[in-house]
Amino acid sequence: MSSWLDKFVPSLVRSESKRSTSGSVPEGLWKKCPKCENVLYRPELEKHLDVCPKCTHHLRIGARRRLDIFLDKEGRQEIGAHLEPEDKLKFKDSKRYKDRLADAQKATGEKDALVAMEGSLDGMPLVAVAFEFSFLGGSMGAIVGERFIQAVNVCLEKRIPLVCFSASGGARMQEALISLMQMAKTSAGLERMKQEGIPYISVMTDPVFGGVSASLAMLGDLNVAEPNALIGFAGPRVIEQTVREKLPEGFQRSEFLLNKGALDMIIKRDEIRPRLYNILSLLTANKVA
Amino acid sequence: MNLNYLPFEQPIAELEQKIQELRLVGNDNELNIGDEISRLEDKKIALTKSLFSNLGAWEVSQLARHPKRPYTLDYIEHVFTDFEEMHGDRHYADDRAIVGGIARLEGRPVMVIGHQKGREVKEKVLRNFGMPRPEGYRKALRLMETAERFHMPIVTLIDTPGAYPGIGAEERGQSEAIAFNLAVMSRLKTPIISTVIGEGGSGGALAIGVCDELMMLQYGTYSVISPEGCASILWKSADRASDAAKAMGITAQRLQELGFVDTIIPEPLGGAHFSHQEMALSLKKNILAALDRMEALTTEELLARRYNRLMSYGL
Repeated sequence: MSSWLDKFVPSLVRSESKRSTSGSVPEGLWKKCPKCENVLYRPELEKHLDVCPKCTHHLRIGARRRLDIFLDKEGRQEIGAHLEPEDKLKFKDSKRYKDRLADAQKATGEKDALVAMEGSLDGMPLVAVAFEFSFLGGSMGAIVGERFIQAVNVCLEKRIPLVCFSASGGARMQEALISLMQMAKTSAGLERMKQEGIPYISVMTDPVFGGVSASLAMLGDLNVAEPNALIGFAGPRVIEQTVREKLPEGFQRSEFLLNKGALDMIIKRDEIRPRLYNILSLLTANKVA
Repeated sequence: MNLNYLPFEQPIAELEQKIQELRLVGNDNELNIGDEISRLEDKKIALTKSLFSNLGAWEVSQLARHPKRPYTLDYIEHVFTDFEEMHGDRHYADDRAIVGGIARLEGRPVMVIGHQKGREVKEKVLRNFGMPRPEGYRKALRLMETAERFHMPIVTLIDTPGAYPGIGAEERGQSEAIAFNLAVMSRLKTPIISTVIGEGGSGGALAIGVCDELMMLQYGTYSVISPEGCASILWKSADRASDAAKAMGITAQRLQELGFVDTIIPEPLGGAHFSHQEMALSLKKNILAALDRMEALTTEELLARRYNRLMSYGL
């Protein structure tokens, strides 16, 4: 904490003085915690894996950063990177889907909302996939489904575990029934892994809803969540409008789901690597050749 | 306005009312009322034909939810015999928004499972407007696994606005219940034939809709979200539902073009609600044909075909 304060004060002064000379604050050096609203020094925040050092709120992080934190540095190989989304329905609302895709690609540097990577965790070979929530709300369309399945296929072929970090609003409306069917597609792939006795760990991060929650996210051999993530089938607003009642305190938060029996455990971000390593070693220790 | 008719059906309703009135008069009058009635009947048929010849996605979406449309239990009555309804998920409750049980289809034992909507207020509430809770999906899965054990094909009838968005449903794991069905249905060792008889609302529909053959009634719809829901999110206004219906391509015809639907079952003139019996007969014929196709396969072939079919979605 003291190191954080040390950095906070001098750099505050630095950026202030910079503003007086060049007229601008360095982009993104500061970030406000969405929960406790403390202004945080970004390098310090990053050192804490984007967990607020003040209130331990787990901030949302992008797919690549997530995989970067999780996987060993060596020997990573991306799966399905070449796959690009297509606007098969020529969907247009207030904006063309094609344009929405282009904007999202430009803003995130990703072609679609899921990044899949083969790699290892403390030397244990596995495949990890992560949703990019800032790409159209991490919504699942054809490419997300297909990349997920390609990841599953690598796991089936090499008999190595799959870990999925989900963060998604659900199925992608602009791909209509195509995206709905990705629920069935991904679930069928996971069922095959289950039949083969290959572990799948689902790690839900803030937020997971709709078609992603009601398919791949809930099908883990172990269902795990980060603290205080919002997870459910229907969004809280839709539920409130339907039942016309006030929702209970902590409704659809990780801790609530744990109490209701939907999760095996909640794991803090900085403990995910060792805990998943432990879990996966236990699950694979007695494997029959 | 006649509430048993949709807005675009009102001209038909007016003609129908005239015909009814004339019939009443006809009993004590020998004028050419019979001729007039048959003239109006012809006119009604012509009008219905022209109204139905070019329906937009939004009109179809209204037809799919028509208050007089036949529901699962209507089909069970007209298509199957010896039906024994099975209740409950064995863990929590019996969800009346999904009905199911064993029955015979032309003498062949089958498991039939479908969403059930209600017609009168009391029944609508009992059926929760056809919106299942987790226990409904778990009951459905229990029945499907029973079918697998006893080598019975599974026939599912889809007709739901979606899975129920309620507090209890969330507490009891709505997402998990749906996900689990999707996973298990992909490997059940018995043929699954699904038909969208009305509204195919999102994951709540798909949770009993992973299948070997997907059929849709001509005026059924199937989509990832209701047109109203899509409109309120993407257009920020539920009033744009008709635009959303069109954009999402929710009709049987569009979905067949996209390769999701195997068979479209034509409806009687004016829609399924104009003749439950005729509709049921045609549904029965098509289910039997689909079953014949699937039962010609070995179990391995069937499962490989189902898996490949699932994997092909979106490619």
